[in-house]
Amino acid sequence: MIELDADVLVLGGGPAGAWAALAAAGAGARVVLADKGYCGTSGPTASGGNNLWYVPPDAGARERAVAERFEQSARLADRRWMSRVVDETYRRVDDLAAFGYPFAIDDDGVERRGSLQGPEYMKRMRRRVHRSGVTILDHHPALRLLADDAGTASGASGIARQKGGEAWTVHAGAVVLATGGCAFLSGAFGTNVDTGDGHLMAAELGADLSGMEFSAAYALSPAHGAHTKGLMMQFATYYTAGGERIDVPDPLGARLQVAELLAAGRKVFARLDRAPAELHQAMRDAQPNYFLPLDKAGIDPFRDRYEVRMVLEGTVRGTGGLRVTGDDCATAVPGLYAAGDVATRELVSGAVSGGGAYNGAWAISSGTWAGRGAALFGKGRRRPRARAAGSAGLGPGRLDAAAVVRAVQAEMLPLDRNLFRTRAGLRASLASLDVLWERITSEGLAGTGRERLRARSAAAMAAHARWCYRAALAREESRGLHRLEDLPALPRFEHRLVTGGLDDPWTAAEPREAAA
Amino acid sequence: MIEVVSADRCVQCDVCIKVCPTDVFDRGPDGLPAIARQGDCQTCFMCEAHCPTDALYVAPFSGPAPAGSPHTDEAALAGAFGEYRRIVGWGRGRTPGSRADRNHIFTERLRTAPRNP
Repeated sequence: MIELDADVLVLGGGPAGAWAALAAAGAGARVVLADKGYCGTSGPTASGGNNLWYVPPDAGARERAVAERFEQSARLADRRWMSRVVDETYRRVDDLAAFGYPFAIDDDGVERRGSLQGPEYMKRMRRRVHRSGVTILDHHPALRLLADDAGTASGASGIARQKGGEAWTVHAGAVVLATGGCAFLSGAFGTNVDTGDGHLMAAELGADLSGMEFSAAYALSPAHGAHTKGLMMQFATYYTAGGERIDVPDPLGARLQVAELLAAGRKVFARLDRAPAELHQAMRDAQPNYFLPLDKAGIDPFRDRYEVRMVLEGTVRGTGGLRVTGDDCATAVPGLYAAGDVATRELVSGAVSGGGAYNGAWAISSGTWAGRGAALFGKGRRRPRARAAGSAGLGPGRLDAAAVVRAVQAEMLPLDRNLFRTRAGLRASLASLDVLWERITSEGLAGTGRERLRARSAAAMAAHARWCYRAALAREESRGLHRLEDLPALPRFEHRLVTGGLDDPWTAAEPREAAA
Repeated sequence: MIEVVSADRCVQCDVCIKVCPTDVFDRGPDGLPAIARQGDCQTCFMCEAHCPTDALYVAPFSGPAPAGSPHTDEAALAGAFGEYRRIVGWGRGRTPGSRADRNHIFTERLRTAPRNP
């Protein structure tokens, strides 16, 4: 049994967790960071990289950026939070430059700080976290949060999966969740560590969520892989299996039209033939990991038509997550803070995808705020006796975790269920998922030692799916990522939706005062 | 998915075992990393980028390569090892790939592209 004590425990070692750990350590807290995988490679940022919402401190430019993005958010973002994110991100990227991140120098000799290459970024962040005196526990997935008698988050426990599943406990004055969104093990580039474990742990302590209906984020990938990087698709022409060109209105409209064809069972092929030859090398330099899997498969994307498919990115690039209740990214649970994709990103991106610039900036800024907030709360806090909370998927039982995952995926992955939503479809999925949840809690899930993580993650995905579709049914309109039949966006739904509960999930309109 | 660990190139440093975010490798009885849970591989290429001796080959497919595929044949792949590490620009004498990042060209193009409603 591994036992540690810290002022702040950070769960998750992607960018949000790393920035949280740095901020907490910078505020004088003793910090432990536990990652399910490896801090430095875990999650979609390390694999895929980030473009950032990065706007230099020019008041006019920032005002315009916020106003433009607010409209794009389908009017569910929050201008004050957007301004905060722009400001904090800019300053933290200055830190990153000071850490030695080798930013691009463009052809005019100007340093470009609006984009981060994933492997380099996260390798630097890990090094910095380590040098700040943070104790990093790799391959230490958390399974449960600890709470004291007053319900205050007081640490976590889990397993060391490279030590034969040995149990660990970290007692802490405060906890930052930075466990990522949930992509339902779809395989989307770098997201298989994101199974919604943090949402489940938080909900078990009574935290609520927001924006879970904005969970239908899908991205195009070459059909042979799951490399969901969309930026280069601005140069794509799409073709049928017979080689006929598919007419699409514009690069952004294409995705939906392609999805319709795929949902109807048709094959779709792409070719990056709208890219001018003089840009080919720049495209490779910008997004090397889009081209690597094509090169390896012997496909020249500028010359060859390659089959594409759509892969679910769920609440990783959708925007739903734990509701935050204050500027310090506190949640509804005292002592529990949320950073990065585990938190709702509606405050910045509203109803549209948090992918492409928002999420990267949000990870940096929310991580910083949550880390600082947790340090203020947790430093020197007395440690009353705390108990591990939560049980879903943890009691030994009969259900097979892989079968549970397949059952959840059957409701969440299909385009005709999750992207092109209907009320009848959502109700049918919820009926299945509710039965599944009941069986998870009554029959339990099989798995001991390191396999407990699979069981717990399967339960977390089932909980996540039920919140997504409950919220989707409650939003009887189409807005941003959420498409319900052919309903238009309706003014009476111009507010956020809060979701929560495990055995009895609920949804409600966000209270006015919290929306301010 | 990860397909090949080259016994000739591997120096048994265990870096891949440590850095794999989905914990695909175990240390084998011979000291070499064994692909113990290939089904958990998410084809993120992070092990390839971090391997200091270019001893790993991750095939581009999200499922296992079929039996007899050249993607499982170390001899056929000789030139393909270490490709991602080279692109990322890690290793002695290399320039970080991030210096050549040109994403600003493409985000700007997308931002200013005419759009239909």
